[in-house]
Amino acid sequence: MTSAAIALETRGLTKVYGSGNTEVVAMRDVSLIIGKGEVVALLGPSGAGKSTLLTAVGLINPPTSGTIAIGGRQVMDGPRELVDARIFRRRFIGYVFQKANLIPFLTALENVQLALEINDTAGRDARRRAMELLEYLGVGDRVHNMPYMLSGGQQQRVAVARALANHPQLILADEPTAALDSVRGRQVMDLFRQVAHEKGAAVLVVTHDHRALDVFDRILEMEDGELRAHSADPAKKA
Amino acid sequence: MNLALRDIRHNLVRFSLTTVGVGLLLMIVMGMGGIYRGLIEEALLLVDSIGADLWVVQEATRGPFAEVSRVPLTLEDRLRAVPGVRTARAFVSHTIQREYQGKPLRIVVQGLSWPEDRGDWLPIIAGRALGAAHYEMIADRLLGLDLGEKVPLGRDVYTVVGLTNGMVGPGGDGMAFFTVRDALAIQFDLSAESIRLERASRRSRAGSQDIGKTQPFLIERAQGPSAGIPVLPRSMASAVLVQLAPGTDLDAVVRTISAWRDVSVFTSDQQRDLLLKGNVDKARRQLGLFRALLVIISAIIMALIIYTLTLDKVHDIAMLKLMGARNSLILGLILEQALLLGILGYALGYLMGQWVFPRFPRRVVITQDDLIMLAVIVVLISVLSSILGIWKAMRVQPNEVLS
Repeated sequence: MTSAAIALETRGLTKVYGSGNTEVVAMRDVSLIIGKGEVVALLGPSGAGKSTLLTAVGLINPPTSGTIAIGGRQVMDGPRELVDARIFRRRFIGYVFQKANLIPFLTALENVQLALEINDTAGRDARRRAMELLEYLGVGDRVHNMPYMLSGGQQQRVAVARALANHPQLILADEPTAALDSVRGRQVMDLFRQVAHEKGAAVLVVTHDHRALDVFDRILEMEDGELRAHSADPAKKA
Repeated sequence: MNLALRDIRHNLVRFSLTTVGVGLLLMIVMGMGGIYRGLIEEALLLVDSIGADLWVVQEATRGPFAEVSRVPLTLEDRLRAVPGVRTARAFVSHTIQREYQGKPLRIVVQGLSWPEDRGDWLPIIAGRALGAAHYEMIADRLLGLDLGEKVPLGRDVYTVVGLTNGMVGPGGDGMAFFTVRDALAIQFDLSAESIRLERASRRSRAGSQDIGKTQPFLIERAQGPSAGIPVLPRSMASAVLVQLAPGTDLDAVVRTISAWRDVSVFTSDQQRDLLLKGNVDKARRQLGLFRALLVIISAIIMALIIYTLTLDKVHDIAMLKLMGARNSLILGLILEQALLLGILGYALGYLMGQWVFPRFPRRVVITQDDLIMLAVIVVLISVLSSILGIWKAMRVQPNEVLS
C-alpha cells in the first residue's frame, strides 16, 4: 500500500495505566495500517484493549508509547501530541458510538449542522450540507425531529451523518450496532461500507456483532491488549 | 448556532421556573433597596416639604425627631422680632392611635400655625386648605378618610376638608393637619374623670407644701383649670419653624437665636442629618446588610442552578469536545445561559415589583440609580455564578462520551 493510500498507521502503540503493583497494560505494541476506503472490524473480548486502541487513534486517550499517523501525517509520538488534537479531530476524524450521543437539545439537522459549524462552515452552507447528508442517509424526512423523537436506527443514522459531515479521513465506530436490532444493525454496517467506498474514508469498527462481518474488508482481533490475528477474508470469521 | 438558546428551548419549563425563582429573589433585593429609600423619603418628607430655614427647639435637645422637645408658643412672637425672620410658626407633631369605626386609626397629628399657616403648601389632591381656626383637618389619603368625613378625636369632632397624597410620618403612618390649638387639644385630651382626679391631686399636693399653707388662695387655684395657675407652664409646641427673609444672613440669625439660653437652633440641613442619623440610621444599616446578604444568597443560588444545569450537560459537553468544539463555544453555552437567567430574572423581578411594591404597607421607592446598580450586580453575579459551571465544563474530558 502506498503512503498516499494509507488513512491510519500505528506503530508499537502501547498504553499502560497505573504503575508498580497497580500497573495494567491495556494495549501492547499494536501496529496496524488501514487504507483509505477500507472498512475494518476490530474484534475481541471485553478488556482486550479495543476501545483503548480506538480512543488512542481517535486522539482522545494518548498512548504511553508508539506513534500514530493519520492521512500520512504524524499526529502522536508517545503521549506527545504533534498536532492540536482538538482541531485535528474536528477536521479529520468522525466518531460513532454504541449510543448515538446526539445533543438532546438540537434537532437531527442541527446536530449535523453543528459539526460543520464547529469546523468553520458558514451557517447556510452547513445547513444545506447537513440536509444533503441526512437525505443521503435516509432520514431526510426527520430532520426537524428532536433525538428523542427518532428511533434507535434513525438516531444512529444521524450520528453517522454527523461523523461524515466534515469529510473525515478516518471514521471510528465503537459497537455502533449494539443497541440496534439485527436489521437496523445491518443497515448501519452497510452504511459504513457505502460511505467508505463512496467517500474514500477509512472505517475502523469495534464490534461484537458477528452477523455482519461480511460487510468488512478486513477483520482484526485483539486479545490481552495485543493485535493477535489479521484476516483478509471476513467469510472465515463469519 | 446558539446552543444556549436551543438548550433553553428544549428545557423551557425548567428554565422558566428557574427564572421565576431568580426573578422573585431579585424582586426582594429590589424591594429591600426600595424600602430603604422609602424609609428615608418618608423620614425627610416633612422636613423637606415644610419649607423652614431654621428649627428652634428646646435648649440642649436635638429637636422633635430625635427626642422630646418642648418650647412655649410665645417663642413664635420672640422669633418674629429677630431681624431677618420673615415668619415663625409653631411645630406640633405627635402620633395618636384611636379607635375609629371599630378599627385602630394611627395618625401623625401635625399642628399648623393658624392663621399664618393654613396648609397651602401641602400637596392637596382634593378639597382645600384649613379655613377655620378649629375643628377642621387635612388628612392624608393613607388614613382612608373621605372628604367631608367627621372624625371624633377627644372631645371634639373634626371635619376632613382636604386630602393629601404621600404625607406620611417617619413611622409610615399617615399625617393629618390641624391648627396648633386643635393639635394640642388632641394631644392633651383628658377625660372628665382624669381632670377631676388631677385637680384633686394638685389640691392635695399644694395643701401639703409650705407654699400652700402660706398662700391658701393657691389651693383654691390648684383645684381649678390648669390655665388659671400662673406657675404652671403654658401650652407648648415641639419646635418653632423660622423662615428668613430673602437675602438674610442665615449665620447671623443663628448666632442671635443661639445666644438665647432656653432654646437650641438647627438649620434645615442639620435637622435632616439628625433625623437620618437618629431614627433612620439603624434601619438603614439593617436593610443594607439584609440586602447584601440577599445579593450573596442570589449569587450562590444562581451558581448552584448554573452548576446543576452544567452537570446535566456533562455528556453533551464531552461530545462537543470530542467533535473538536472550541472552548469558547462551550463557555458561551454556560455563560449565555447564566446571563439570560440573570437578565430575564431581573426583568421579571422588576415587572413583578411594579405590581407588588405599591401594595406594600410602607412606601417602596425604586430609583433609577438603584436599578442600574442592581443590573450591574446581576450581570456580575451571572458571570461569577457561571464560573463554577465553566470550571466543571473545562474539566470534562472528551472520552467521557464513552462512559
